[in-house]
Amino acid sequence: MSDASFDNKTRICPQTGLYEAQFGDYFELLKPRVMSLVVFTAFVGLLVAPVGVNPMVALASILFIALGGGASGALNMWYDADIDRKMKRTRSRPIPSGRVTEGEAFAIGISLSVFAVVMLSLAANLMAGALLAFTIFFYVVIYTMWLKRWTPQNIVIGGAAGAFPPMIGWAVATGGMSVESVLMFALTLAWTPPHFWALALFTKGDYANAGVPMLTVTHGRKATRAHILGYTVALVGVSIALGLTSIGGPVYMVVATVLNLLFLRGAWAVWRRTDADSDADKHAAERGLFKLSLLYLFLHYGALLIEASLKPFEMGGW
Amino acid sequence: MAMKVEHALHRRRLSRNVGLGLVLVLYVGLVYGLTIAKVGGPKPNTLPAAEARE
Repeated sequence: MSDASFDNKTRICPQTGLYEAQFGDYFELLKPRVMSLVVFTAFVGLLVAPVGVNPMVALASILFIALGGGASGALNMWYDADIDRKMKRTRSRPIPSGRVTEGEAFAIGISLSVFAVVMLSLAANLMAGALLAFTIFFYVVIYTMWLKRWTPQNIVIGGAAGAFPPMIGWAVATGGMSVESVLMFALTLAWTPPHFWALALFTKGDYANAGVPMLTVTHGRKATRAHILGYTVALVGVSIALGLTSIGGPVYMVVATVLNLLFLRGAWAVWRRTDADSDADKHAAERGLFKLSLLYLFLHYGALLIEASLKPFEMGGW
Repeated sequence: MAMKVEHALHRRRLSRNVGLGLVLVLYVGLVYGLTIAKVGGPKPNTLPAAEARE
């Protein structure tokens, strides 16, 4: 049968009139941008652990952690397809744009979740596999299905799902948990609310249209600004506490101190502003805080990595 | 008669088939590498007695 009418650009099947999903469409279900954060933080958690890991085991473990994170992203897109259709930011995702069906996303999400957990348990250890399974469960069931549509604190509790990867990386190396891995978890957990609420302050219409009880929608922007400042103070405490553990050191402390001062200043500026100020300069301070939050987390984990890489030369750590 | 019959489906799904093929090849390589690492790696309980005491 010839297929001269098949349009490679639009990818529309001439027989069915439906879009033919490509590999990239399925890959997009795995939220590659979120996956990059998962890979990076899990990698740091694994490398800063006091036990060495065979490079092949480390590579495989990171890939399976990323795959598990991606699978939970696919399940999130499956369940949240109705919300994604309403929000400008998410309207072009594979399901709302009609490139992938909800059933396909569900099947991919479930099968990759099971596959990633089993493979991580075999490649590393049962503790790492169990933590990955709990992370997927937490993100899909606790956050996506339950809290996201129910409470304005959704981001606070849901942030835990994104905070587990460094703990899993640590578990890959050590087979357990420790104060260091829990504090790495706490760092991402406390970082998530100011990060997302800063974003919500300049995309307010989106969440309101979708009916998601974001703090900006339920308690107003003034309360959100106060929450950002409150969580930033908590974040500073966690960041400094992490620096005092065996994986911290002078380099980390210098980086953390500078970043914390900048972040506090940004959160303070956002708290002091009124909506009129914010609208007047198109949310410059909120956008600035959001961008700084990305740098904040990246540089914190980067500093931990530097401390770990200096240790063989007897320079890293306290 | 042609050995290989080109079907419309083959062209439409070329990208996903090639993508999945590459993923499977990478997976085979990964499992092979893991096997070598797991089987060939040193085991603590196989150290000579004197070395283990140290």
